[in-house]
Amino acid sequence: MLFSDSHILSTILFTPLIGAILMLFIPRERADLHRSMGNLFGFLGLLVSLPLIWRFQSGPGAPQFQFVENASWIPSVGAHFTLGIDGLSFLMVMLTTVLGAIAILSSWSAIHKREKEYYILLLLLQTGMLGVFMSLDFVLFYVFWEVMLVPMYFLIGVWGSERRLYAAIKFFLYTLAGSVLMLLAILAIYYYRNTFDMREILTHPFTAQFGWLQKWLFWGFFFAFAIKVPMFPFHTWLPDAHTEAPTAGSVILAGVLLKMGTYGFLRFSLPMFPDATVKYRGIVIVLSLIGIIYGALVCMMQKDMKKLIAYSSVSHMGFCTLGIFVLTPLGLSGSIIQQINHGISTGALFLLVGVLYERRHTRLISEFGGLSTPMPNFAAVYLIITLSSLGMPLLNGFIGEFTILRGVFEVSWQWAAWGVFGVILGAAYLLWLYQRVMFGSVTNPANEHLPDLNAREYATLIPLVVLAFWIGIYPAPLFRVVEQPVHRLVECVHPGYYSDTHSPGEKAAAAEVGATSPAAATPGATPASGSTGAKAEVK
Amino acid sequence: MNTPYFLEHIWLIPLFPLLTAAVMLFYGRKLANNIVSYLCAGSVFVSFIFSVGAFFQLVAMPQGERFFTKLLFEWVPAVPYHMFDGRLAQFVAGWEFQIDPLSAVMILVVTGVGFLIHVYSTGYMALEGGYYRFFGYLNLFMFAMLILVLANNFLMMFVGWEGVGTCSYLLIGFYFHRKSASDAGKKAFIVNRVGDAGFLLGIFLCSAVLGTVRFSDIGPALHAGNFQKGDPWLTAIALLLFVGAAGKSAQIPLYVWLPDAMEGPTPVSALIHAATMVTAGVYMVTRTNAIYQLAPKAMYVVALVGAITALFAATIGVVQNDIKKVLAYSTVSQLGYMFLACGVGAFTAGIFHLMTHAFFKGLLFLAAGSVIHALSGEQDMRKMGALSKRIPVTYWTMLIATLAIAGIFPFAGFVSKDLILGKAYEQDVLLWAIGYFTAGMTAFYMFRLVFMTFHGTSRVDHEVEHHIHESPKAMLVPLVILAGLSIVGGLVSWPEILGGNSHFVHFLEPVVGMAHQSRIEPLKGPSSRIGEINLMLMSEGLVVLGILFAWYLYIKRTELPAKIAKGLNGFYELVYHKYYVDELYDALFVNRAKDLGLALGWFDTNVINGVGVDGAGWLTRFVSRASMWWDTWIVDGSVKLGARIVWVLSLPVRLIQDGLVQSYMLFIVIGLIGFLGYYFYLAHHAVH
Repeated sequence: MLFSDSHILSTILFTPLIGAILMLFIPRERADLHRSMGNLFGFLGLLVSLPLIWRFQSGPGAPQFQFVENASWIPSVGAHFTLGIDGLSFLMVMLTTVLGAIAILSSWSAIHKREKEYYILLLLLQTGMLGVFMSLDFVLFYVFWEVMLVPMYFLIGVWGSERRLYAAIKFFLYTLAGSVLMLLAILAIYYYRNTFDMREILTHPFTAQFGWLQKWLFWGFFFAFAIKVPMFPFHTWLPDAHTEAPTAGSVILAGVLLKMGTYGFLRFSLPMFPDATVKYRGIVIVLSLIGIIYGALVCMMQKDMKKLIAYSSVSHMGFCTLGIFVLTPLGLSGSIIQQINHGISTGALFLLVGVLYERRHTRLISEFGGLSTPMPNFAAVYLIITLSSLGMPLLNGFIGEFTILRGVFEVSWQWAAWGVFGVILGAAYLLWLYQRVMFGSVTNPANEHLPDLNAREYATLIPLVVLAFWIGIYPAPLFRVVEQPVHRLVECVHPGYYSDTHSPGEKAAAAEVGATSPAAATPGATPASGSTGAKAEVK
Repeated sequence: MNTPYFLEHIWLIPLFPLLTAAVMLFYGRKLANNIVSYLCAGSVFVSFIFSVGAFFQLVAMPQGERFFTKLLFEWVPAVPYHMFDGRLAQFVAGWEFQIDPLSAVMILVVTGVGFLIHVYSTGYMALEGGYYRFFGYLNLFMFAMLILVLANNFLMMFVGWEGVGTCSYLLIGFYFHRKSASDAGKKAFIVNRVGDAGFLLGIFLCSAVLGTVRFSDIGPALHAGNFQKGDPWLTAIALLLFVGAAGKSAQIPLYVWLPDAMEGPTPVSALIHAATMVTAGVYMVTRTNAIYQLAPKAMYVVALVGAITALFAATIGVVQNDIKKVLAYSTVSQLGYMFLACGVGAFTAGIFHLMTHAFFKGLLFLAAGSVIHALSGEQDMRKMGALSKRIPVTYWTMLIATLAIAGIFPFAGFVSKDLILGKAYEQDVLLWAIGYFTAGMTAFYMFRLVFMTFHGTSRVDHEVEHHIHESPKAMLVPLVILAGLSIVGGLVSWPEILGGNSHFVHFLEPVVGMAHQSRIEPLKGPSSRIGEINLMLMSEGLVVLGILFAWYLYIKRTELPAKIAKGLNGFYELVYHKYYVDELYDALFVNRAKDLGLALGWFDTNVINGVGVDGAGWLTRFVSRASMWWDTWIVDGSVKLGARIVWVLSLPVRLIQDGLVQSYMLFIVIGLIGFLGYYFYLAHHAVH
């Protein structure tokens, strides 16, 4: 049996790292070789992850965590090297390997200094991110979670644009501040459970009988993840980091790094603290709704394209957290699928801005206009991605947004209405951006002879366009993959949801919430009352 | 029994145009114009043949069983959720096509009129840049529209719904070099999105109340759920869906995008903004009529909005000078009629009017395009006149369409409009009165258009005058065919009172079964027979009056309109500027949203980021500076203080401890001298 058969996750995890180590031995002068090596290992990383697609089992009888690998690591504290994936992390791993390879390829002609360090750091980052999604041991998870910050810090700080140092330090410190709280929470969990094994901890959630402890632990994790997502009002590191980062950095940042926040909510917050989740979800939902609308409104008035897309991420990730915390199967499945969609659409948007930046070295919207004439194919791809981002049916964004909003509607029609309002604003700012950049006559002479997309740029964009259509037209496989994880989560927070005898209080709850606006809906007044009532009956 | 071929392959109908659209958008640039024309018009023609085939195979089925669905594959697989009554349901949507009499009529209209407009476009767009792009978008539109009318669930309908909106956005903004064109496209998209918000919430509510989004399951769900007439949830669903319909079909208050949409090329106005897309709202209301029929209040809202829109748009149409703008407002007005029909329960009449309207309004736009073509792009009717002899085919076809829209016996518009007015009269005399009065205005402004364009004296610019020419055959043949349909289109449902048999209405009846059981009966009584004839005569009278009035003002006494406008200055200005609705929306919504965006942007930079994050950074730096001060002056200071004390105390010692051998020698000498002096002193005293 091949090593890679029994250790498929390790293979995926360490392929980029091996590339990075090999590159250490190549002299820095050989920039072309570094570039090729970086791409080679980025692509290899994608190739070795492909077998997961047909080997992953998603039926009702399939085990929760698959491809599990376990080895002792630091015996003195009981830390293990444990890897394993379920449907949720499977999708995240695939997203990471796809976007990672694309991000590396997109740097080909954009990076002209310190290529050696650049590609090494990108590959390290890749391993760090994969580790976060694969770890089943808290120590291992935390190590990857923090390790990943370092390459990103350098990517922004060294290869970024004018205000790169400010952005890099802000990014690092902000996310670090959040993770320290999480570290405290992890240590507290160890104190109570005497293990770092997630599978063990997840089967024994900290329910309401833990009193204040489960509440504090919930918030400890919450801040780490909310900053990462980022949720309003913890989002301001994002526009700076996105704007200053090189294109590949922005793609990875938006495509994968932000998903760690939502992944954290799904992997830890919901199953470990189900009662605290139900208790505080009103707050999280209101923050998500504010994020959706606030992010969209702020988008409209941005002058810098990357900043605009960054704020659109705040808005779109708001949908993801919204879907998670309504705690319904539709909301949760929609949220997971929307996380993938956001990676695809926003990743592609950053690639497209990168294409322009490489040609003009500016990101200001006012510098452009009428680009449809010199760059028709670019305009066509940009249009498809714009439509995907604003939720056009037949493209991926619609599936996610629709499912999330339908899930929200089950809990409160008012929340759903605010979400739908956010969808309208999404159309407004994205189309306005498109109009200002693409339509009209070319007014700036510098834009008159811009070359259209080249083969390498097609190679980065076409896979994302294909994925966008695929998820839009045939998302059934994705729904099947997330079905079991979602089922488990819902059973955790809403025991008895899947039985028909569930409390018929949904309608009343929806009407009750309907009486107040979401801004006024305090956690006490959330429709959680209906579900906790049901839970009491079960007990 | 073998499934009939065309029904089994119903899903191919939208696929043909999609295929050519893809070819156009990817390879179109490299193709010659005539290949583009053959491919694109050809694919629509194939769809038309398939539609005809499907239609006849459907008709061949027994009347009660004319229904067929075809599931291609699952789209959103079953995800469980709780309905409002607490039951667990599965949210599921497939790529499922359906055909019943209603869809059959729609695909015939869409592919038939669509094909004619494609042919026309090959002539109209021949000299335009981006020929392939135009046809690519147009075929993409055909795909989306056919998906819309063949969908068997709300989600799939929404695909078509948004798809036609996107194509409309792209085609309105086809001349993207013009800012007004790309602005109009964006406006259309966003106003439609407002409607879509209602539509989406309606879909959510429908699935929450009925547990399904599948059209063919709605009826059974309503039956099983034992819903009563006037159920508040059903009313809410109906109203939310109507918000969506009002957006797509340009009803008050969401009609504002349609007149601006005239920025698009004229064939687009004919196909999308007259014959097909804008009627999607009417189709959707009819498709979900089972819900509406249990929600009388919502029905009344639909009827009222329709009637008021019909009148309101007609008043604006009276004073417009741009030939396409007149037609645009007339479209808004006619769509109002269709909703009036739906609102009073005459869904079949609404669909019938939808069909005849597709013929005559499509024709009007195409003929207007032919006029514009002849006048080298001129659209202002004040710069036209006396064209009837110069472009006779265009003139005669446009005249036929005008007679049809005015509702002159026996043209198509007469039959469908009188059917609507007849039903409205039974329901509510007020609604009928609005519709009746609007019919008169329609005749007036449409003949105003004809008289200003084709009659009287020529006001054409001198240099344009030379170039006036009749359009090429590719444009004229569709005009003639549509003119034929505008004449005979009414025959398919010739009223029984005039010796016909209402074939069309009966064909559609299974779709709207309940409406006809309860509402059509009274018409068959002898007293209402007389009423029906009287109503027809009354409206014919008013229409003729309207035409005469237009003749008097625009042929006989051409100086009068200006005088009247002057006399009614304030009112005229108000109507001429379309009641300032655009300005109002700008002031209320558009600019406020922008202000809010600016304000929040400032807030984000200066408060959340400035005070919050950078503030935290500043605070950290401040604290660290304070700690540094504390460390330097207090912590280290106390250490240093000890040192300083020692230093001060050691000062005298240090004065002499300077490390110089010479000074030490000096001190030794001084000491020696001191001691010696001391001993000498002691010795001296001791002697005494």
